[in-house]
Amino acid sequence: MGRNPVTWLGSPTFPDAARRALGDTQLRGNLRKATTTIRGKRESVVAELDDWEELRRAGESIKDEVLADLDTQLERLEVAVTERGGVVHWARDADEANRIVLDLVQEEDTDEVVKVKSMATAEIGLNEALADGGVNAIETDLAEVIVQLGDDRPSHILVPAIHRNRAEIKEIFAQMPEPPASDDPRVLAEAARKYLRRKFLSAKVAISGANFGVADTGSIVVVESEGNGRMCLTLPETLITVMGVEKVLPRWQDLEVFLQLLPRSSTAERMNPYTSIWSGVTPGDGPQKFHLVLLDNGRTSTLADEVGRQALRCIRCSACLNVCPVYERTGGQAYGSVYPGPIGAILAPQLAGDLHDEQTASLPYASSLCGACYEVCPVRINIPEVLTHLRAEVVEAKGKRTPEAMAMSAAAWVFGDRKRYEAAQKAGSLTRFLARGGTLSSLPWPGSKWTDTRDAPVVPKESFRSWWRRNRG
Amino acid sequence: MGSARDEILGRIRAVDRPAPPPVPRDYERARHADDPVELLAERISDYRATVYRAAVRELPYRIAERLDGRGRIAVPPDVPGEWRVPGVAWLPDDPPLGVSDMEEVDGVLSGCALAIAETGTIVLDAGPAQGRRVLTLVPDYHLCVVRADQIVVSVPEAIERLDPSGPLTFISGPSATSDIELDRVEGVHGPRTLEVLLVG
Ligand code: SF4
Repeated sequence: MGRNPVTWLGSPTFPDAARRALGDTQLRGNLRKATTTIRGKRESVVAELDDWEELRRAGESIKDEVLADLDTQLERLEVAVTERGGVVHWARDADEANRIVLDLVQEEDTDEVVKVKSMATAEIGLNEALADGGVNAIETDLAEVIVQLGDDRPSHILVPAIHRNRAEIKEIFAQMPEPPASDDPRVLAEAARKYLRRKFLSAKVAISGANFGVADTGSIVVVESEGNGRMCLTLPETLITVMGVEKVLPRWQDLEVFLQLLPRSSTAERMNPYTSIWSGVTPGDGPQKFHLVLLDNGRTSTLADEVGRQALRCIRCSACLNVCPVYERTGGQAYGSVYPGPIGAILAPQLAGDLHDEQTASLPYASSLCGACYEVCPVRINIPEVLTHLRAEVVEAKGKRTPEAMAMSAAAWVFGDRKRYEAAQKAGSLTRFLARGGTLSSLPWPGSKWTDTRDAPVVPKESFRSWWRRNRG
Repeated sequence: MGSARDEILGRIRAVDRPAPPPVPRDYERARHADDPVELLAERISDYRATVYRAAVRELPYRIAERLDGRGRIAVPPDVPGEWRVPGVAWLPDDPPLGVSDMEEVDGVLSGCALAIAETGTIVLDAGPAQGRRVLTLVPDYHLCVVRADQIVVSVPEAIERLDPSGPLTFISGPSATSDIELDRVEGVHGPRTLEVLLVG
């Protein structure tokens, strides 16, 4: 079994990468603009729902139910999908999943497939594996087209090209058969539409991820904005969906919770433009062959960690990225993984499962533990708690040789100067004194900048520095 | 080594997991709106789709008005006869249109399964007057007829009413992207123009 590709081979450790990213003022400017915009929009659409906290608790609880009962739910999903004409495959790791997909593609006698953006297929390095097998995988999300044609790496779960501005995109699109005439976003989008339309109409096979898989009905759900998902899910004859095992939901009714939580947390909309739901195969409508690949790749070992398993509740909305002061300064690429930001800092090391690796071990330190991520997370993942837990594991894995510098520099560098970092730390612990009944109504600066005033959960009990003093011992 | 399936299920079963906690469903299932039709109209407009209102009697007239000069319009074979007003070059999807035919089409007229007022969402379920998914996807213009009795207020009400056995498409405004500097651009791949006719 090979190395888990969830973290990118040869990536520098987080502090090194962060230091480099901080020198890139273009990147920092783009990121700040993007995250500030999404943060504001998210707050207002969330405030529209009086029952947001109830929805979050329901979302958390449904996901916990799934994790507690994962074997049964997966078996139910398998039965439902099979009954409706789909074929279910199981993959222990990235290599196995890639091999299954490549075989299925080759059976259809084609060397080009269209793809709709999916974290799971990025995690397993599917495009590279297909390329090695002689199959060209064409990404069809506008941002992914930008990343793919720019021979680049994504920097944000939801807006992977957030680090590129319009002039750069025009440059990248110059290689299209009909290059855009200007850098107006409208013109750029039109160029991509033309470029991709031919691909959609000729592709025999499409590959997608899944946001949810409903065990009792066999329904697979894909949430998107651009319509490239609908194209991929409707036009080709064969559809292959790669889904992490934790994406299963017990019952149809559960979608009423997640179809409210996800769009508002993610693109900060009441509803995203398109959601496609299908089960198995529908005669005369859409793909006539459907394959579902259920992927483990480190998820079952994450499940085994009592504290860390809550990371498997994640619905990949990216709200935690947009509120993270560390992410806002470094961008996604510094995390050296397909999963950046706060969720990446707890998920990537667990999926990779190797805390002896310097880069992986540096990820739990990519945070000031300010708690903003926990506050916005629609499924209430206590990210600071998991970070602290993983740091303890890193220390254990590395023994006394852990350099204090690694831990300190990870977050400290990000804030540019030590004073501001320490102020953030102090503010973090101060809030504990202000808290009443476990929640607090406002945070002192700098926490206040990203605090939604209602029901902010209390930040972790100790500051990173005092935690460090206690744990290094 | 056993099969991947057995091994994954085995790994899960080897983990000590607490019994599933009961799911608290104290969120609002049905929400009240004084005027659901008006709310839907407002929310769809927020997505920069265009909404027109029509009394039941005047529907054919309104359809004709919208489609006037739009060219060749694809239509599911089972739309109500009165929707297929004279003066429009209709292309019924029977026998099924090829994808290349569909590219030549200028627009599509369909009904829907239901609409969610609060989120400005139209749901298609491949049922009556909606046709195959591809029909409302490839053409660049989509005119969708929504009857007042098809409108629910909240997402939970919609999920309860929908039948998950067929393919479902939730549509909230025209296709959009914010991938370029977060500037919203309408119309990447789906119909770039979505017009909604609210009847009743
Ligand atoms: S951890 Fe929570 S906030 Fe972050 S992406 Fe996952 S669900 Fe969203």
